[in-house]
Amino acid sequence: MKSMAELEAIRQRTLQRINLRKEDEDKNIRVVIGMATCGIAAGARPVMMKFMEEINTRALSEVTVSQTGCIGMCRLEPMVDVYLPGQEKVTYVHMTPEKVGRVVAEHIVNGRPVTEYTIGAAEDK
Amino acid sequence: MRDLSLHLLDLAENSVRAGASLVTIRVKVDERKWITLQLEDDGCGMDEALLARVMSPFGTTRTTRKVGLGIPLMAQNARLTGGDITLQSEVGKGTVLTATLDGNSIDCLPLGDLAGTVVTLVTANPYSPDFLLECTSPQGSMSFDTREVRQVLGDVGLNEPEISVWMLESIREELQPIFGGVIL
Repeated sequence: MKSMAELEAIRQRTLQRINLRKEDEDKNIRVVIGMATCGIAAGARPVMMKFMEEINTRALSEVTVSQTGCIGMCRLEPMVDVYLPGQEKVTYVHMTPEKVGRVVAEHIVNGRPVTEYTIGAAEDK
Repeated sequence: MRDLSLHLLDLAENSVRAGASLVTIRVKVDERKWITLQLEDDGCGMDEALLARVMSPFGTTRTTRKVGLGIPLMAQNARLTGGDITLQSEVGKGTVLTATLDGNSIDCLPLGDLAGTVVTLVTANPYSPDFLLECTSPQGSMSFDTREVRQVLGDVGLNEPEISVWMLESIREELQPIFGGVIL
């Protein structure tokens, strides 16, 4: 196992981050990934890993990532919901690790949803 | 499912839903390249009637649909190689699922990213249950136990990005000499 001392340092940094998040509760952003059998088979796991990496590299302390089950639109998986404070949720479909970078940069950091990846764009085709 | 680690991820979610406090994932590759995947939990278990039903694609506990494909798909992929799947369960005690596969078979799926599977499970369930990964091959063995991580972290949830990345790297590092370096 990698060193536990390293983990102790991570714990300290994480506690600070959690405190920041508590202070700014109205700024919290949520990313929810579909992780039922359908999502997993369609490639949700690498998508989730990419979100974790991106959020970690950019040190976005206000973002939390969680998972949900199957919501009945298996053909559109992997699906990701992004909740920005005070805005309606945005649902991205057919996600790939490559698309995650843009969603993080344009939507989560800059507040502009990547329209072409959303469920609306997919259904219009 | 494209690889065995994805099967494990899918099936382990059943253990989480069964209210387990510890979910153990064992992956063993022997000298003849046979692969044993085992998933053990201390969840609510299943009675015999349910046990018989979950093997069928048309047996599921969910109420929204009439199909549940997790176990049937694993069974199919095991049998394609000449292997098999067994399920033992006792109500109130827990469940053990064991799948064996012939790694020499052309139909055998690759192991895939086991570290990714464990970290995904932990991130989805940051406070409980605990997960234990045990891997063995002729090249050696390793184990990763979230209870040890929790001891250091105290009450910090395991879904913080920096912790996920640390776990991912640390598990991958230990798996590399055992199963080789290919992560698909």
